[in-house]
Amino acid sequence: MTDVKAPPQPEVTVATPHKRRRADRRHIPVLATLALLVLMYSLGVANYDNFSDTQVLLNVFVDNAFLLVVAAGMTFVILTGGIDLSVGAVVALTTVVAATLLNDGWPAAVVLPLVLLIGTTLGLGMGAVIHYFKVEPFIATLAGMFLARGLSLLINRNSIPITDPFWTAMAQERIRFGPGIFISTSVVIAAVVVLAGAAVLAYTRFGRTVYAIGGNADSALLMGLPVGRTRIAVYTISGFCSALGGVLLSFYMLSGYSLHAQGMELDAIAAVVIGGVILTGGSGYLFGTVLGVLVLGLIQTIITFQGTLSSWWTKIVIGILLFAFIVLQRLVTRRAR
Amino acid sequence: MVDPPILQMTGIRKTFPGVVALDGVDFSLRPGEVHALMGENGAGKSTLIKVLTGVYGIDAGDITLDGAPVRFGGPLQAQQAGISTVYQEVNLCANLSVAENIFIGREPRRFGKIRWSEMRRRSAELLAGLDLHLDVAAPLGTYSLAIQQMVAIARAIDISAKVLILDEPTSSLDASEVERLFQVMRRLKRDGVAILFISHFLDQVYAVADRMTVLRNGTLIGEYATAELTQMQLVTKMIGKELTVLERLEEEPRTVTADAPRQPIVEAHELGRTGAIAPFELAIRGGEIVGLAGLLGSGRTELARLLFGADRPDHGTLKIDGRPVTLRTPRMAMNHGIAFSSENRRTEGVVGELSVRENIVLALQASRGWSRPIPRRKQDELVERYIKTLGIRPADPDVAVRNLSGGNQQKVLLARWLITEPRLLIVDEPTRGIDVGAKAEIQRLLVELADGGMAVLFVSAELEEVLRLSHKIEVLRERHLIEEVDNTGGGVDADRIMQAIASGAKS
Repeated sequence: MTDVKAPPQPEVTVATPHKRRRADRRHIPVLATLALLVLMYSLGVANYDNFSDTQVLLNVFVDNAFLLVVAAGMTFVILTGGIDLSVGAVVALTTVVAATLLNDGWPAAVVLPLVLLIGTTLGLGMGAVIHYFKVEPFIATLAGMFLARGLSLLINRNSIPITDPFWTAMAQERIRFGPGIFISTSVVIAAVVVLAGAAVLAYTRFGRTVYAIGGNADSALLMGLPVGRTRIAVYTISGFCSALGGVLLSFYMLSGYSLHAQGMELDAIAAVVIGGVILTGGSGYLFGTVLGVLVLGLIQTIITFQGTLSSWWTKIVIGILLFAFIVLQRLVTRRAR
Repeated sequence: MVDPPILQMTGIRKTFPGVVALDGVDFSLRPGEVHALMGENGAGKSTLIKVLTGVYGIDAGDITLDGAPVRFGGPLQAQQAGISTVYQEVNLCANLSVAENIFIGREPRRFGKIRWSEMRRRSAELLAGLDLHLDVAAPLGTYSLAIQQMVAIARAIDISAKVLILDEPTSSLDASEVERLFQVMRRLKRDGVAILFISHFLDQVYAVADRMTVLRNGTLIGEYATAELTQMQLVTKMIGKELTVLERLEEEPRTVTADAPRQPIVEAHELGRTGAIAPFELAIRGGEIVGLAGLLGSGRTELARLLFGADRPDHGTLKIDGRPVTLRTPRMAMNHGIAFSSENRRTEGVVGELSVRENIVLALQASRGWSRPIPRRKQDELVERYIKTLGIRPADPDVAVRNLSGGNQQKVLLARWLITEPRLLIVDEPTRGIDVGAKAEIQRLLVELADGGMAVLFVSAELEEVLRLSHKIEVLRERHLIEEVDNTGGGVDADRIMQAIASGAKS
């Protein structure tokens, strides 16, 4: 009754150059972060002596290797449109459990896999709660955060020094490229995590399903993708990355303390967002997260070099940047629509 | 027609809180046939498909595929067993590339690594088979809804399906795209694929379907060969009563209640917005139904949104009751007595979690402000009146709106705006995706409202419908208002409008 004859329609093809430009729009946030990074670095080099030393840049990696690992896990979660607030607490729990067991004479070869397993299991548990009970990720991981932080306080309220030979070796080991130019083993571990993560996201079915869920979870389900399994998996990955980040932090600090990594979940989220991953999911790259972590690290470095600013300026600058990048995301996604 | 059915469903029963969606429904599908599932909105068509593909569980009944009993835990299992579905809404991921949307979940891989170039090549080939030449690496979201729909079909076709379910695939396609889809369907039919086809367009069903199964209110009415049932008989079976309302509307002459040159309620002078709609002249008087006709993307919705303050014009002036106004927000438009019922009832319209009552009083409450709640007795009275007038089913004010069918959700949305007693009601595609019976009821309602002195701006892709209702038809083409056709006597026919759209010149 409505199938009236339509007038001649324009051919259903789309001009390629027009679309090329639009496809590139997805890269705008990452490019903006890259530009910001270059700008910050140039400012640092221009204003402070010795800022141009290679080691200054490498130290940003050395000092933030644990954050990079945690943020990599967070990237998986945010790409699905979720959030993981428990990461900082899981990091603290890992340092406390590791330090306590090592002090009790447990061998490092047992402690290391054990703490990784604890973090992974916590992530798996939260993922399962989120999927099976349809709990908002915010709430489920908030509960996980209190649980992990509470557990670590229960185990020990004080800072526990670590004297285990393996741990101290890892803390002191330096991979040298030349006189005064080095990185720590943690940086290597973080790099491996990032490369593996990026490969998984770009080249595996699991990785693409992560993006699909972030794009439209209902559609992903109707397309026959394993949405539940994938969703649980990203929280498990985030749990594992938090535990690994905790191990790296305990290498760095050589102590376990229940008040370590306070608010690190927010640093990780900030790094991911500044790195161009869209908070509603489905768009962004792990490479962007690396840039985001570098931005946070460079801010600290610049403030240290300046010497006259209080360290709270770090937070203020991060706050401003975060706000700017969320507005940028909004503009990009709105125009793409 | 002697092939044994590939798919057999018997005695299917499914209930939702407060609603029996399916009650003892039988359905069978043979290889190499196109089988249409017919029924009004809320008849249970979508539910039957979701039950079949495992999105919902069933309360009672059996499903057999190839003679073996099956019960799917979800669309993935159904897909693996050879049942693929293209749903009414495009269920793809707009953020992923075209190629990925076709292949996700079954990407060509080597050692677990996705072979992107292989995937792009095969997608391009597949789409070329449908006469579609796209940049398969571009995000799907950069293409129009019609293209996205074709991509969804390409995906379903490529998943070597024994059974292909097409749930309203044609609702966003234009005539040539529909014909192309039908060609593909006929080819698949020859290859022995069983196709379950759902469409509200009876002409399309008659063009392509071999048999049809009719549902009404969740019960089975019967199974018929298309050749043996006339359209009139089919409609009668679908709605369970003679289609008199529509016919009566057809005959009623359109008269404006008082056709003196009265002050228009809304008057647009050179109003326009760059990129959305070119500057236009429009006047809408009380008691008048003004129809907007034009193809998909011709600027119908954009024009309506300007009048409602949902978008801001960058050109021209808008007068309400002769006084120039600037509508900065929809709220301001509402204060001037303008109501806008959106075409996207799911995303911009009803709130699925809330009850029918809450959805209906939403706009009225909003216009009163939250400090002055509407007394419960008044609410009940209003809600009951509109449930009755509009025939909202089930007639239970406390049922959650998401459990209602599309047509009934649309009525709830209309009711919400009607209780604010607007002077100008803008309805964008109020009858899209709803069935003949509900369509007729909504059309009748709009006519009654206009008779009562309300001005109505009626936006619809269905030209017949616009002709039937409107006193005045504004013809849009490529974002220009090209012509105003007077239809007070009702003498204008579809060809006249189609010609205007096609030629684009003022005649």
